[in-house]
Amino acid sequence: MGVREGVFLTKLEELINWGRKGSLWPLAFATACCGIEMMAAAASRYDFDRFGVIFRNTPRQCDLLIMCGTISRKMAPIIKRLWEQMPDPKWAIAIGSCAISGNIFQTYSTLRGLDCIVPVDVYVPGCAPKPEAFYEALILLKKKIKRDRPIIVGGEEECST
Amino acid sequence: MEREKADLILNMGPQHPSTHGVLRLVLELKGEKIVNSDAIIGYVHRGVEKLAEHRKYMQILPVFDRVDYVSANTNELGFVLAVEKLLGIEDKIPRRAQFLRVIMAELTRISSHLIWLGTHALELGAMSVFLYAFREREMILDLFEEIAGGRLHTGYMRIGGVAADATERFIEELGKFLEVFPEKLNEYETLLTENRIWLSRTKGVGVINKETAINWGITGPTLRAAGCDYDVRKYYPYCVYDELDFKVPVYQNGDVYDRYRVRMDEMRESVKIIKQCLEKMPEGPVQIEDTTIILPPKEEVYNTMVGLIQHFELVIHGITPPKGEVYAAVEGPRGELGYYIVSDGSNKPYRLRIRPPSLINIAILPELLKGHYVADVISIIGSLDPLMGEVDR
Repeated sequence: MGVREGVFLTKLEELINWGRKGSLWPLAFATACCGIEMMAAAASRYDFDRFGVIFRNTPRQCDLLIMCGTISRKMAPIIKRLWEQMPDPKWAIAIGSCAISGNIFQTYSTLRGLDCIVPVDVYVPGCAPKPEAFYEALILLKKKIKRDRPIIVGGEEECST
Repeated sequence: MEREKADLILNMGPQHPSTHGVLRLVLELKGEKIVNSDAIIGYVHRGVEKLAEHRKYMQILPVFDRVDYVSANTNELGFVLAVEKLLGIEDKIPRRAQFLRVIMAELTRISSHLIWLGTHALELGAMSVFLYAFREREMILDLFEEIAGGRLHTGYMRIGGVAADATERFIEELGKFLEVFPEKLNEYETLLTENRIWLSRTKGVGVINKETAINWGITGPTLRAAGCDYDVRKYYPYCVYDELDFKVPVYQNGDVYDRYRVRMDEMRESVKIIKQCLEKMPEGPVQIEDTTIILPPKEEVYNTMVGLIQHFELVIHGITPPKGEVYAAVEGPRGELGYYIVSDGSNKPYRLRIRPPSLINIAILPELLKGHYVADVISIIGSLDPLMGEVDR
């Protein structure tokens, strides 16, 4: 992208990606421990807002699911529904060992990770990961979005074939 | 008793920003008033008690860190005390370790209450309090990181002592924190205590009287706000609490506002307790010397045959307490946190039961919500301060 003599030159694809990665709105939702670290990441010292991250309370306004905490079998269908309620395009980050693999809670009642129900873009290991790790996840996700191809050249015709 | 007919049934949660986790409430409404309600729990049930039956005593500790995840230290402390009681070594724990345990437990109480204050105020519309409270909480987490290595799940307690001695930097930083923190508490109080909006959202809301509170088995700040001075630290002192001078704040009305006042006062008392601990803490070891209970120091493991064998023995066989049943309780930030262990003489508990204060405190919720407005639900849940990880376990 570049500005020359008042003319703004860019590829539409890049412009869309730039817009998408600059304002990721995650769902204010957590099940367990990592949610506390997410709160810490959003609060005074770490301040998530400067990444353009603003927590929303309803899935219909969100494009990022930051899954914090253990997923129990009772909770799994609800998380799936939350994910389906989020409008496209959407991304998911699995925070902490529980959301990656179930961690130490290998019992009858827990799910072995978020990717059993939702496609995950970034995994953040740790129990619980520090707020800095949340940043890294976000930066990685932004890199991923930058490489995304929101427009398919050739339009619908190419898509349908 | 006939149920009053409802106009509307409203589902609240499990994904709701102000239910403190994954609590689900089904509210039967008549207009804006709640005529009936039902609390549905179990959305973060992880089978912790079952898990404990399949782990050696030493291996259970990290699991209990994650039960009540904002007050890991008190959780560990309760379990460690129970196992020590079972082993019969309560009197042999070095004094320095006991003081360190109290310091960590009280720091945990402050950090837990700060989370409660921040989220409770945020839910009632005072966002700046949330940012302020988390600012001070980070100071505590830095202290945890310094002494134990972890921010949230410290893993600091050990059966027979604590993991590591306090570093000089820890003592120094702790002193700084204790100096700064009471002023910050005043800052929160200026924002809330006489705030008209805060008063009208909290005064006279969710009243639990003394008798009801005792009948429902409620403990912790919720009970003390109702006029009963029960505190495990005073009634059944553990560690060195009987040597320390502190008050148990008690208020009479039992409403949301009084619960707020109790917790604010408790934080002040915690600061006092930690100050006394720093003064009285003697020098000395922080772990028991019995190597059948606690791992030998790493230098011995690497350099001596005996140390290596002891380490191996303990890791492979674990601690084997005698047959018996034991109950030990600590005063967690939410109330009496108890551990009941049944031992069959093997290296794993036969049955382990946690007395979760959060669960017992929110059991009253459906009864309490009756007759309140929908907006008050948020304020009441916040004031009971349930932690869903502990409710469901």
